[in-house]
Amino acid sequence: MTLFESLRHNRRAAIGAMLFLGILLAVLPFTVGSMMGNSWLRILDFALLYIMLALGLNIVVGFAGLLDLGYIAFYAVGAYFYALLASPHFGLHLPVWLIIPGGAMLAGLFGIILGAPTLRLRGDYLAIVTLGFGEIVRIFMNNLNAPINITNGPQGISGIDPINMGGVTLAKPIEFVGITIPSLHAYYYLFLGLALLIVFVSIRLEDSRIGRAWVAIREDEIAAKACGINTRNIKLLAFAMGASFGGVAGGLFAGFQGFVSPESFSLMESVMVLCMVVLGGMGNIPGVILGGILLTLLPEAFRHGAGPVQMALFGKILLDPEALRMLAFGLALIVVMLYRPAGLWPSSTRRREFKGEGA
Amino acid sequence: MDIFIQQIINGLVLGSIYALVALGYTMVYGIMGLINFAHGEVVMIGALVALSVIKLLANSGLPGVVIVLIGLMAAALVCMAVGFAIERVAYRPLRKAPKLAPLITAIGVSIVLQNLAMLIWGRNYHAFPPILPNGEHEILGATITSVQIAIIIIAAAMMGGLILLINRTRLGRAMRATAENPGIAQLMGVNINQIISLTFVIGSALAAVAGLMVSANYSIAHYYMGFVLGLKAFTAAVLGGIGNLAGAMLGGILLGLIESLGAGYIGDLTGGFFGSNYQDVFAFLVLICVLVFRPSGLVGEKAAERA
Repeated sequence: MTLFESLRHNRRAAIGAMLFLGILLAVLPFTVGSMMGNSWLRILDFALLYIMLALGLNIVVGFAGLLDLGYIAFYAVGAYFYALLASPHFGLHLPVWLIIPGGAMLAGLFGIILGAPTLRLRGDYLAIVTLGFGEIVRIFMNNLNAPINITNGPQGISGIDPINMGGVTLAKPIEFVGITIPSLHAYYYLFLGLALLIVFVSIRLEDSRIGRAWVAIREDEIAAKACGINTRNIKLLAFAMGASFGGVAGGLFAGFQGFVSPESFSLMESVMVLCMVVLGGMGNIPGVILGGILLTLLPEAFRHGAGPVQMALFGKILLDPEALRMLAFGLALIVVMLYRPAGLWPSSTRRREFKGEGA
Repeated sequence: MDIFIQQIINGLVLGSIYALVALGYTMVYGIMGLINFAHGEVVMIGALVALSVIKLLANSGLPGVVIVLIGLMAAALVCMAVGFAIERVAYRPLRKAPKLAPLITAIGVSIVLQNLAMLIWGRNYHAFPPILPNGEHEILGATITSVQIAIIIIAAAMMGGLILLINRTRLGRAMRATAENPGIAQLMGVNINQIISLTFVIGSALAAVAGLMVSANYSIAHYYMGFVLGLKAFTAAVLGGIGNLAGAMLGGILLGLIESLGAGYIGDLTGGFFGSNYQDVFAFLVLICVLVFRPSGLVGEKAAERA
């Protein structure tokens, strides 16, 4: 991490690096789109959504130390909020400006609903309650199609309006000063902008009074309380804040995908997002972003690669590529945790703690 | 009234299975303070191995009960090996690491086991061959099959055996000592590594039995069955008070009863608004209520601030 420390001290180099990164991110969809095709462009868009989710969960797990295994429920709340208010299902077509913030607020409210009864719980117990909460939300979405059809049950809701900003819909190519921006590219820029906003908010939160209170609670709740931190409100704030990030990502997902069903919000997804946070390096924002990118791209690469490689080696597909992908994912989780229990890119303080423990 | 008795019987059968699986969770938790996330998958492996062996021998002319016993032995051996491996790979190297690390490795193991099972046994549901006597008995207007009676009796016997093992033998005393304080147990000459391995192995053997029971009772097994079952058994363990053997049994039976009665009556209670498809919600609602109002479980001792 010497590169980062030197950047921190050298302003000019830091600006240069930012500029380079900015250009790289701006041209990325065009290079990926032309070299690897639209399916990878979609994966790129999903990577940005997962980064948003991982950063939201990072507030709860990484900063405040509250292990949440039902995080995907908030993503689901955001997605269904969008789907119900902007689709032919109820015939409502509200504008994005209302739905996305509304979804974020509703998800935040759900965060408080989950947080309030579980304030006393910690560690494994909290993990299990949140897991149960996530499953309850999913079961309700699966079954609330009778006697009154609200969520359309396992079939899900389709035909959701694409994201439409100021009369410009992102579902069609956009003409902008003579350049045509295809739909997937436009979504990329929108998601990138929001992801950067969430990164910015996360960084500012980390160093704020609230962020330090979260870290204090993570390290020792009783001591934090003794220092005058209102642990109840601060913990609820962590749940609400993390949940609202998930709600935003969920709304974007619904608009992008055009279809939501309970299947997209299984426990496996919660586990996936948690793994992004933990593998990347809990509480460290660049680490979490890295985790989000790696865990979205690598399994996809595996999925695309496993079939053709088997065809080349054996002349037929012997092993189910989907199972192989998950197998590799599980093995990767184990190996990384065994060799780097603090994550791939831990924050400097955590790294020191781990070294201290080993000595 | 017949329906009520029938639901009680179903609940008892389901509860006995939950209890056996819950014992695996509670033993590991008691000794290491960790949730063995992969335990549900061990149940699944047990069910599928037993089923494969039974299918293989189905036409051998041996009596059905013998075939099932052979299948059970095979499943128990495989599961014990799997349990041993889980501890070696996912838990032992991380015994001193922060708690999240073993949780993630356990999730990793569980994903690996599930997908290995999918590669070996495929995505299909496997039917249990009809080799067991399927007599039906009438009790107070409700029916109970011979298989269900066997499940309840075997589960009770295994639980009784386990209690004797833990409370009356040298091994059990070493286990209790390790659960109390591993450092001091080691000073007293207990080989704690061996004890922890054995705990996983015993829990996995119980899981194999439970796996066979599930597939015999519902006549079906598939690679995804372990997850929900594991979750519910864990709920049962927490309900009774995790770390406490009697609690796990009580919790298992109670959860089985709550689920089957809940599923049987929810339609009437809510005027048809909610149906039995909400059955799975009960387990989680019970879990949340217990953890919120009585985190130490029904018979557990107080374990406050154990992060």
